[in-house]
Amino acid sequence: MSQKTNIKNGVGAEVKLVVKVFDLLPSPPDGVTMAAGVAAWLPFARAAAIGWMPVANLPMPIAPTDKNKRQDELIVLNVSGRRFQTWRNTLDRYPDTLLGSSEKEFFYNEETREYFFDRDPDVFRSILNFYRTGKLHYPRYECISAYDEELAFFGIIPEIISDCCYEEYKDRKRENAERLMDDLEDSKDSKLPNMTFRETMWRAFENPHTSTMALVFYYVTGFFIAVSVITNVVETVPCGSTPNQRDVPCGERYTVAFFCMDTACVMIFTVEYLMRLFAAPSRYRFMRSVMSIIDVVAILPYYIGLVMTDNEDVSGAFVTLRVFRVFRIFKFSRHSQGLRILGYTLKSCASELGFLLFSLTMAIIIFATVMFYAEKGSSSSKFTSIPASFWYTIVTMTTLGYGDMVPKTIAGKIFGSICSLSGVLVIALPVPVIVSNFSRIYHQNQRADKRRAQKVQKARLARMRISKTGSSNAFLHSKRNGMLNQALELTGSTGEDRHLNKTTSLIESQHHHLLHCLEKTTNHEFVDEQLFEQSYLESALQSLPSRSPSLSSQEGITGTCCSRRAKRGSRPSSEAHKPSHMHPHTHNLQELSAIHIQCGEQRTLNTSRSSLNMRPDESGGLNCKSSSQVTTAIISIPTPPTNNSPTSPEAPPNLASNSSAGVVKVSAL
Amino acid sequence: MGAVVGTLTMQTKQRRPSRDKVDDDLEMTVVCHRPEGLEQLEAQTNFNKRELQVLYRGFKNECPSGVVNEETFKQIYSQFFPHGDASAYAHYLFNAFDSGHSGSIKFEDFVTALSILLRGSTREKLQWTFNLYDINRDGYINKEEMTDIVSAIYDMMGKYTYPALKTDTPKQHVEAFFQKMDKNRDGVVTLDEFILSCQEDDNIMRSLQLFENVM
Repeated sequence: MSQKTNIKNGVGAEVKLVVKVFDLLPSPPDGVTMAAGVAAWLPFARAAAIGWMPVANLPMPIAPTDKNKRQDELIVLNVSGRRFQTWRNTLDRYPDTLLGSSEKEFFYNEETREYFFDRDPDVFRSILNFYRTGKLHYPRYECISAYDEELAFFGIIPEIISDCCYEEYKDRKRENAERLMDDLEDSKDSKLPNMTFRETMWRAFENPHTSTMALVFYYVTGFFIAVSVITNVVETVPCGSTPNQRDVPCGERYTVAFFCMDTACVMIFTVEYLMRLFAAPSRYRFMRSVMSIIDVVAILPYYIGLVMTDNEDVSGAFVTLRVFRVFRIFKFSRHSQGLRILGYTLKSCASELGFLLFSLTMAIIIFATVMFYAEKGSSSSKFTSIPASFWYTIVTMTTLGYGDMVPKTIAGKIFGSICSLSGVLVIALPVPVIVSNFSRIYHQNQRADKRRAQKVQKARLARMRISKTGSSNAFLHSKRNGMLNQALELTGSTGEDRHLNKTTSLIESQHHHLLHCLEKTTNHEFVDEQLFEQSYLESALQSLPSRSPSLSSQEGITGTCCSRRAKRGSRPSSEAHKPSHMHPHTHNLQELSAIHIQCGEQRTLNTSRSSLNMRPDESGGLNCKSSSQVTTAIISIPTPPTNNSPTSPEAPPNLASNSSAGVVKVSAL
Repeated sequence: MGAVVGTLTMQTKQRRPSRDKVDDDLEMTVVCHRPEGLEQLEAQTNFNKRELQVLYRGFKNECPSGVVNEETFKQIYSQFFPHGDASAYAHYLFNAFDSGHSGSIKFEDFVTALSILLRGSTREKLQWTFNLYDINRDGYINKEEMTDIVSAIYDMMGKYTYPALKTDTPKQHVEAFFQKMDKNRDGVVTLDEFILSCQEDDNIMRSLQLFENVM
């Protein structure tokens, strides 16, 4: 007895937590899973089930009867004056929406004998078409928030919008959400009281208009960037010549002044970089970002120059380094939103630019070769080699025509003219593609939402998978509910079963009856993924080597407890699945949380088993007295109770199976 | 000269594909099918007009062209069995429904088969089931055919079952089936053996009446 309570406490704690969540979560959408027309084929599927009957060895369950079988009738839906008519069966296809359930009775008008809805008739068209065709479409002219409201009113989840319209719907929704977020950010200008100094600094760096200090800093850095760039430029201008020397650039004349300016700028930039590095929430990510790389490249030459002596050999390299100082101009992109957008669009046009470059290269090589061989004969030809002709080809194709290299032979002139004509074509063709691409991207995506689209797609697939597994879960749910009802009936509490009995539509109950017949035909039951893997883990842990050959897998599944335990023992030797295929079909998110929760349950089982003082490797595990078998029996889905009173074994199994159902729910969402 | 020849050949090449396209269009339109009149179908089957109307509405909704091909059939049937893979069994069902072996099920085939299954006599139902199992239509069910059918049924269960499916479960099931059905132990089951054995089994007789009230 105490052992059983131990187990209950072990699993019960988990169950309590999970059942609470389970209560909050909505039930799986049963009716939404089956498409409209498919429900009409259910009689055919049930009739075809006669093909299983001669193969089955067990008696079939009783078919659900249509209690109020009435002829199909037309019902009138009056939506703000526009009358829609449809068959009642059409609406009954989706019993968990407003129109498919009894909720529509609230809108029934006795005098006119029609259902009146005071909603938008244009949107209602799409909603009614969903019942008719099974596909929900999103009309483009409709406002996204109005459409969402209508869907929420009629109890339809937006995730089932069909693929043809889903992209559009998601785009509009995202734009709307961004607009709302922008509005929110504008209104949220007040400083949050509990922000650390570091966070305040980071916020000041990212949004300069939040405080005056940030604004001052923003303008100061901008000014110094400009100063630095101008000094770089002016350094090279020849300014004033002393009579005995040639024109010297200003940099050499006023070395000290320029050096001081350079030092000041670099000081400011270094301080700025260090402050940003300190304030960044994720320093590693900040250091990897493009802007910080530009900062580093901008100030590095100065420090390298300080370190290097006036060695003649390296001064050449030192000069090259100074070129990198021009990168300081890119620091302006922090100050200009337009520059950032330009950079992003160039990045996304990369494929078109690449194509342009490739086609140009091809043409250049072809024409350079042709020109070289055409001009080979002529004397004093500038076309000394094919690479030398590259220059001529580029200049001609881009219609620059410097005139430093001109063909002299007639063949050369002919090919030269062909070259210039084709150059116009080759360049003119891809450029409009790039331009249109640019404008499309500029108008549509100003932020990097490709990654966001990936996340949305994943989330959508996850929700669709949930609704799909909802149909299989629905069957298992109804089985458990059916079991629970039977258990409650046997204990005599009739008042509760109505409360627990989920109202399933006739179509759903007929579908479940069909699946039940399949179970009986094959003499195997459908179980949850989780339970299946748990029971596999169980049997693997027990590692019973002996197999009882006398028990076949066919008969006796509903027989005595000993036979079931023996079968459990015989399973690992014949199990075809490897442990690596533990979680084959679970979604990433599901998998992660599913593993955690499963491990949790495993641990409780282990503690309970150890508290029961078990030896799991006991080959005599077939002994009915061993309580380790009791734990395993609790986890499995119970078969319908045959004879004895099932209250005590029934309640924990249902709790456990509910917990696993709860586990599924929690991990899925 | 070469250019002239080139343009001439290009033109002749163009003409040929367009003719093929027209043929393709003609082919597409022929596939659409309309069933015979309501009265004729009512006479041929055991359904009344109202039931035929409901059946046709559902049929036409899913297959606007009036015929079901095997792909669509498999898709529709698979929707009822989300746990496992129903395509193999749907293939055998399709062949059983497609009595004319035309590769597509018309509404008449559909309704005829349903009439047998839902409103037919026991003998007719068993005969239809025998035709389903007899994949090559030679009048005998041998072990390979039965194994195929039973494997297809087990495929519909999927992977997550209790107890877990073993690889030889279908074979054992087929053995048990042949034990019961094959009276003269010659390795094949004929139609008469099949009907006789089924009539002796109460379970099967009861379950055949199970779907009487489907429509």
